This record gives sequence, C-alpha cells and structure tokens, in this order.
Amino acid sequence: MAAESPTPELENIPDDLVDRRIVIWYFGAALTFMFISMLGGLLMALQLVHWNPLVGMELLSPGRWRMIHTNAIAYGFLANAFLGALHWSIPRLTLHKVASRALSYFIFFAWQAVVLLTAAGIIFGPSLQDSAWVAKMTKETGLAFSLGAQGLEWGETPFWIDPVALLGLALVAFNFMVPIARAKGPLYVTLWYFMAAFVWTFLTYAMGNLMPEYTVAGTSAGAIGGLFIHDLVGLFVTPLGWGLMYYFVPIMLKKPIWSHGLSLVGFWGLAFFYPLNGIHHFLYTPIPMFLQYGAVIATVAVELVVATVVINFVGTLWGDGRSFVTNLPIRWFYTGMVFYFITCFQCALQVTLTFQKLIHFTDWVVGHAHLVMFGVFSMWLFGIMTYLFPRLLSRPWYSRKLCEWHFWLSAVGVFVMFLDLGLAGVFQGYFWASLLPWSDSVNGSQPFWITRIFAGLAMFAGLLVFLFNLWMTCRGAEANEPEFDSPKLDANPAPAAG
Amino acid sequence: MFESKSGVLLIGGLGFFLFAFLSNGIVPMLMYKELPEKTAEQLVAENENVMRQFSDLKTRYPESFEQYFGEADEENCVAALRLGRQVYIGEGCWHCHSQFVRPVSNESRRWGMVSETYEYQNELQRPVMFGTRRVGPDLSREGGRRSNDWHAVHFFRPKMVSSDSPMPEYPWLFDGAPDKPNRRGLALITYVQWLGSWLDSYPYYEELDELNLDN
Repeated sequence: MAAESPTPELENIPDDLVDRRIVIWYFGAALTFMFISMLGGLLMALQLVHWNPLVGMELLSPGRWRMIHTNAIAYGFLANAFLGALHWSIPRLTLHKVASRALSYFIFFAWQAVVLLTAAGIIFGPSLQDSAWVAKMTKETGLAFSLGAQGLEWGETPFWIDPVALLGLALVAFNFMVPIARAKGPLYVTLWYFMAAFVWTFLTYAMGNLMPEYTVAGTSAGAIGGLFIHDLVGLFVTPLGWGLMYYFVPIMLKKPIWSHGLSLVGFWGLAFFYPLNGIHHFLYTPIPMFLQYGAVIATVAVELVVATVVINFVGTLWGDGRSFVTNLPIRWFYTGMVFYFITCFQCALQVTLTFQKLIHFTDWVVGHAHLVMFGVFSMWLFGIMTYLFPRLLSRPWYSRKLCEWHFWLSAVGVFVMFLDLGLAGVFQGYFWASLLPWSDSVNGSQPFWITRIFAGLAMFAGLLVFLFNLWMTCRGAEANEPEFDSPKLDANPAPAAG
Repeated sequence: MFESKSGVLLIGGLGFFLFAFLSNGIVPMLMYKELPEKTAEQLVAENENVMRQFSDLKTRYPESFEQYFGEADEENCVAALRLGRQVYIGEGCWHCHSQFVRPVSNESRRWGMVSETYEYQNELQRPVMFGTRRVGPDLSREGGRRSNDWHAVHFFRPKMVSSDSPMPEYPWLFDGAPDKPNRRGLALITYVQWLGSWLDSYPYYEELDELNLDN
C-alpha cells in the first residue's frame, strides 16, 4: 500500500485529540474488575480443594461467583480496557476526535452500570427467584424468566440488562465509527479489525443473548450457543486485540509491519473462518455431524491463518530482538503472542474428534481458556497499560522493578496454570473413560487443583503489585520523561503500514 | 475492496458473519423444525415419573410442601420444574455438571443411552444445558437414580452422603434442616428427578461390581 503523506492534515490536529482522562477512567475500571474477577476465581478454586472459608453463605456461593469470575473478565476487564485503548488509538490513527466527548462519558457510565447490574443479577437474582411478585409476573406475562443468570456461558447477563448492553455497544460503534469515517486516505490494518469488531460484537451479543433464550430450544440452541461463545472470543476480543497489536507494535519498534500482504491474509482469513468455528464447542452432541466436521475444518484453517499473523509479527521484530528483553511493553506483547501461538496450536489439536474424546468437559479446556483470556489478551492489555500510563499521567512509573514483577508473576503464573490444568484434564479424561467411581476422578484432581491455586495466587500477586505501582505513580511527582523507550509523549503516529 | 471501509464492513463484518450464522445456526433449526418443542405442561403430562417424584416430596416433607406448593397436582409440578430449572441455572450447577451423554469414552456404559435431539426439544432446554465442564458427573440420567431424601441431604451438605465431593453447600434452599426444603429446594429436587426420567432404564453406575465388563 502506498501510504500518502499525512503532512497536510497534521497541521489541523486538535490539541485535545485524545481525551486522556477517559482512557485513565477505563483502565481504572478495568483493573478494578480484574481484581474482583480474581477474587471470584480464587473462591471457586478454594472450593474445589475443600478449603473454602465461606461455606454456606448464599451471596458468596462459589457457583454464583464463578459466573462473576468469567463475566468480570470479559465485560469488566477486557471490554473496559479495550475501550480505554480505543479512545487512545482511534483518534490518533484517524486524526479525528471521537464523535462526541459527552457520549464517551455516557457510554463509560452506562457500561459500568451494565457490568455492575450483571453482577447484581447473578448474585441476588437467584435469591429472589421464588418471590411472590416474580410468580405473579410470570403468570401475567406467560414468560418463565430468570432474574439471575441466563444459562449460556458468557451470556449469563440477565435478560433485563441485554437491551441496555446492546444499546451501549451500538453507541460505542457510533462514537468510534465517526472518526473512522472522517479519516482520509488508505485505511490502516488496525482500523479494519476495529470496524469489523464493532459490527461483530453487536451481532454476536444479540445472537447469543436473545436467540437461545427466546427463539430456539435444545440442539439448535446449542449450535447458536456454540457460535456465541466462540464469536465472543473470536469476533470481539480477538480483532480488538490484534488491532491494538498492529497499532502499538510498529509504534514502539519504530518501523512498519513486516508484510502488508500477510496483514491482509490474517484479517480476511480470520473474518471468514473464525465465525464458522462455533460448533466445535459441542462435538459429539446431537448437532448434525456434518456441521461438526465443518467446524473442525474451519478451526484448523484458523490456526493456519494465525500462523501467518504470528509470522508477520515475528518478521516485524526481526533485527530488533533486543527490545524483547529491554522494552517491557514489547515483552508483554510478544510473550502474549507466543502464548497465542501455543493456544492456537493446541486448539488445532484439541478440536479434533480424537482429542475431544479425552479432554472434553475436563480441566484441559479450563487451562486453555485461561491461557487465551489472561495469557494473551489480558497480557497485551497490561502491556498497553504499562506503555500508556506514563503518557496518560505524564510521569514515569514509580518503580520499573515492580513492573518487572508484574510481568513475571503474571506470565509464569498463567503458564504454570495452563500446564497444570492441561495435565489435570488428561488425567480426568482417562479416569472417566476407565469407569472408575466418579469420586476417584475428583480425588485424583486434587494435586492439580492445589497447584492451580498457587499459580492463580501468583497472577493475583502480580495484579496487586501493578495496582500498588500505579497508586504510587499517581501520587508521585510530575516528570517529563516517561520510561520505556519513547521520549515524545504526544508524537503523532507515523503511518505505520508497510 | 479488501482495504476499503465498505469492504471491511459489508463483506467482513456483515457478510461473513451472516454466512456463518445461516450455515451453522439456521441449518440445524431447519433440520429439527419437524420436532416440536414441548412445553413444561406436556412434559409433566407425558411422563408419570415426574409426578410420582413430586408427590413423593409431599409425602416426605408434608409441612414444607404444604407451605410452598400446597397440592401435588400437575400445575404445581409444572411450576416446580420451571423454577427448578431457574435455580439450576442461577446457582451455576451447569458449570460443573453436563447434560449430555457422549457416544465415546464409555459414557453410555456409565450413564446410559447416548443423548439424542428429541430429549432436548422442550422449553426447559432454553438455553440448552449441554454444560461446559464436568467436575461432578453428567446429570442427563439423574432422574430416579436416587431418592428425594438423598438429594435433599446432598443439596444441604454434599459431604454427608458423598464424602469426597467438592460441591458447595446450598443451605439456603432449606429452612434450616435437610428435611425442610423451601420452595426453591423442592423445585430443584423436582427438576433433577425429571432429568432422564423419560427413559425406561439406564445403568446404576455407582455399583460397578454389578457391571460385567467382560460381556
């Protein structure tokens, strides 16, 4: 792509292109929900090894808090952190402000309301389910609705919040699409991912939260549910994550992405194959077999696409390998990419019917999910935060050493958890197939579940270190020179497409 | 086309999503459209096992049953099934228990017949409770396997009947004692006793001594 010189436009850039305050707010909200999510995960982990100190307390039930754990990560941490990063990157890429600053703040509060009400619904809803007024409403409307969670993984958002969440997603798309629409010249890779993600996220959310609840039951609902779970990762989290990588990596390495052709292959390959993967979550179910085969083939195709993207980023790093050691955000990104490649390679294997026999329904899948959601996307977002906070606050990190601790505790913690749970899954699969009494599989899992607690505590400690570091940084004195290898705070991004 | 706004939005964003939705979402719906979705009323009317369990609850816990449901009639049984499903979802049971017996890994020997589509074609499988993880066993064939008393004690304090179980306790489904289930407790027991109760028989997998694996 022949990038045109943006020079004429550079003269008209408004001083307040990026609203730093809202980026900080989003990151703050994200970290708060990460903290809450980890508490929920810890509670469930303690329950499994019989160490739960809060037994028999209705509002602290591990079953409910497990849903807080997953929802707080998806909608609390990832969505908030993404929105913060989008508020930074889209105006700088397009050289236009978001559609409306007031709308940005409205969305911020609306989204926090969505996340908090989801949590409230999950925690309090089941307790109110047998109230007289619910029975009365059920009778009058003829709808047997749940106040609490809906029965779909990551679609637990109670039905009465879904319309608000959908409205929020539509407003997000509008707020960011306006600057993108105003941008002139060729469109950079990042914006392809972002634009597609705005469409996909809305459609995915609507499909998953409305259809299995209101329009179809049974096996067909399973097919829709599979599409939803997978699309939420593949069409909401993944494109936003990769879009941000395509933005931040070239800026930090100060050179363009290695191959524009591979960028094209990566984007369009993902766009075509990823939506076709959903049913691989329900192999061996009564869902028609030819659809299961189709999903398996599409999944293997996605791994090939992923390989091109990873090659492209390795090519970009080539010759600058030293920055993997010295530049902490780059290290977050590329460690996340290594984990991404591992999960995707693992996915190509585990999605086959042969593997599914053994590992479906086991902790293998839980380990896989943690490596994807924490090891890849949360780590990328931590890297972005590590890079951006000095620029947002106009002061260096309180302690570079604590930033290192955050990285090592998170990376080692999640990788240990991944290995541990993967191994646990293999054991569980063989326990079940061997027809030993069920309790043998539970007791046999205990060593792995105990190890998992310590891996999780390491990740938790990493977060606490980061929060402490951030707190001290906020309190610290002003300084002009942020760390991590980027002297100019407000330098506008050079067109980075190759 | 591949780098333009309209191309990304219309082909990538809308087009590919719709293609996947039609091929993977609508196709199974069309394939199963001849299989009508049953209401909870039909499920109760067709399957006498559920009503038997529901009446048994009245016999065992007369005071609680009187207080929370009154009569053991079909209408109340339907209400109990619906509420039971909501409790099952709201308490997160489905995150540790699946409802689908796979045709592999000896699962049909442990739990009985491999799950088929017609079993899910009812309003209580909205959304379908296939599940995502098995910490505890699959529940597709749980109905009638154990007594209502066992379930009551198990929900109250799982370790009392299953000493190694890491399952959480649910004392809030009771008025202080395992023989006093409240409305949610009675409903959840009814729901669990309904699962798989439409089948004539399935193996009782705890008693492995009686499983003759050589034949």
